[in-house]
Amino acid sequence: MTEGLEALIRRQPLFDDLSEADLKHLAGCARNVKFDAGEIFVRHGEEADRSFLVRAGRVGLVVHGRDIAETAEEGDLVGWSWLFPPYRWHFDAKALTAVRAIELDGACLRAKCESDPRFGFEIAKRFLYQAHRRLEHTRLRAMDVYKGPLT
Amino acid sequence: MNDPWVPTPMTVREVVRETADTVTLTLDTSASPFAFAPGQFNMVYLFGQGEVPISISGHADRPDELVHTIRGVGPVTRPMLDLVPGDVLGIRGPFGTAWPVEEARGTDVIVVAGGIGLAPLRPMIYHLLANRRDYARIVLIYGARQPDQMLFVDELHHWRGRFDLTVEVTVDQGTEDWFGPVGVVTRSLARARFDADDATVVTCGPEVMMRFVVHEAVRMGVPQDRIWASMERNMKCAIGLCGHCQWGPDFVCKQGPVYRWDHIAHRFAEKEL
Ligand SMILES: Cc1cc2nc3c(=O)[nH]c(=O)nc-3n(C[C@H](O)[C@H](O)[C@H](O)COP(=O)(O)OP(=O)(O)OC[C@H]3O[C@@H](n4cnc5c(N)ncnc54)[C@H](O)[C@@H]3O)c2cc1C
Ligand code: FES
Repeated sequence: MTEGLEALIRRQPLFDDLSEADLKHLAGCARNVKFDAGEIFVRHGEEADRSFLVRAGRVGLVVHGRDIAETAEEGDLVGWSWLFPPYRWHFDAKALTAVRAIELDGACLRAKCESDPRFGFEIAKRFLYQAHRRLEHTRLRAMDVYKGPLT
Repeated sequence: MNDPWVPTPMTVREVVRETADTVTLTLDTSASPFAFAPGQFNMVYLFGQGEVPISISGHADRPDELVHTIRGVGPVTRPMLDLVPGDVLGIRGPFGTAWPVEEARGTDVIVVAGGIGLAPLRPMIYHLLANRRDYARIVLIYGARQPDQMLFVDELHHWRGRFDLTVEVTVDQGTEDWFGPVGVVTRSLARARFDADDATVVTCGPEVMMRFVVHEAVRMGVPQDRIWASMERNMKCAIGLCGHCQWGPDFVCKQGPVYRWDHIAHRFAEKEL
């Protein structure tokens, strides 16, 4: 069972260079999940105790109630609020299509990261990388570049 | 080319409304075939209003017509939105440098367009598709502000349906009825599958967008001398005489608008991304 999960996680570029041991460790906190189109599986303000690695389909990240700020597709990580107090979601996540994902249990991961800081750094690096990319995209989007002249 | 100072009158044959502020005009050149290379532009003169540089957005293999896609932003371009078949425009051109259709042969070609920037790239896409076997993968990434601001929607659907082309369309702002990706073009570029060390990247769109695109392409491993971008500067003569379009040591109307990135990268070096 965990065997299959390891292979599925390994297939995603974000985790493809993780060592066998770390991958096994990570998979111990993981399970497969599915969402139907239209399903809101993360709600703003609720306890953030999980993260999702999208395997298939499209997830809309809804920031101010209605507008989709960004979508997440195969290979994207959704949610890193489980890493930081007060462990609350900052957005809604809505399945725009049928979605398959790997759910990572936040409490389980936190415990493993804290007891094994080297493993913790490997995991934190990957979440940080996603956060960094999201920030870059947000910066470009905030410039609203298509509005004005091309120069 | 005729006398480069004198506009040739050409009759509008067809008008297609692309978005609320953008039209595509097809001018009849059947009496005097019009040749150009993908990436070049014309000076388009609206009698009584003025003259503006506009890229050619049609097929280079169709000398019997000349196609321009124009976004109405000011005193010259806005009245162009109201043109109807039978109206006449004055045309000087073609001017400027072209997309690297030859240099790109044998490589993966990644076309990254933003907003109205798809118009200057469309002749390049037509060329790639008309000569499909000369290129390896072809990836088109197109970003717009919102779904209703995308150009050439029917054509995008058609291209997306082809088996020999990857098309990724993304918007900065999603709407209720949009189920496609929401995010900036660089996100789509980072996800695209191609051989970075054997790819050609061509990009056109807002300058900030292009800088981010180049940054991402380089990060993915595309050498700077395999990246081309089209720059915009105000123009008057378009033949390298008046200096209106000066950019560093260049006149964009002559040395541009299409530049290989390694030739201009230093001009952006001081600007932080
Ligand atoms: C080589 C080249 C190719 C071009 N190709 C195209 C093309 O294919 N299609 C096209 O629509 N335009 C194209 N442009 C831009 C076009 O030339 C300008 O939009 C046009 O000159 C505006 O003229 P105007 O007199 O109507 O407005 P202006 O009086 O020049 O501008 C009115 C207002 O609009 C703003 N503005 C100027 N340009 C733009 C712009 N591009 N987008 C948004 N706001 C702008 C100005 O800052 C000003 O506030 C190209 C420019 C160059 C240099
Ligand atoms: S527009 Fe006159 S020199 Fe370029």
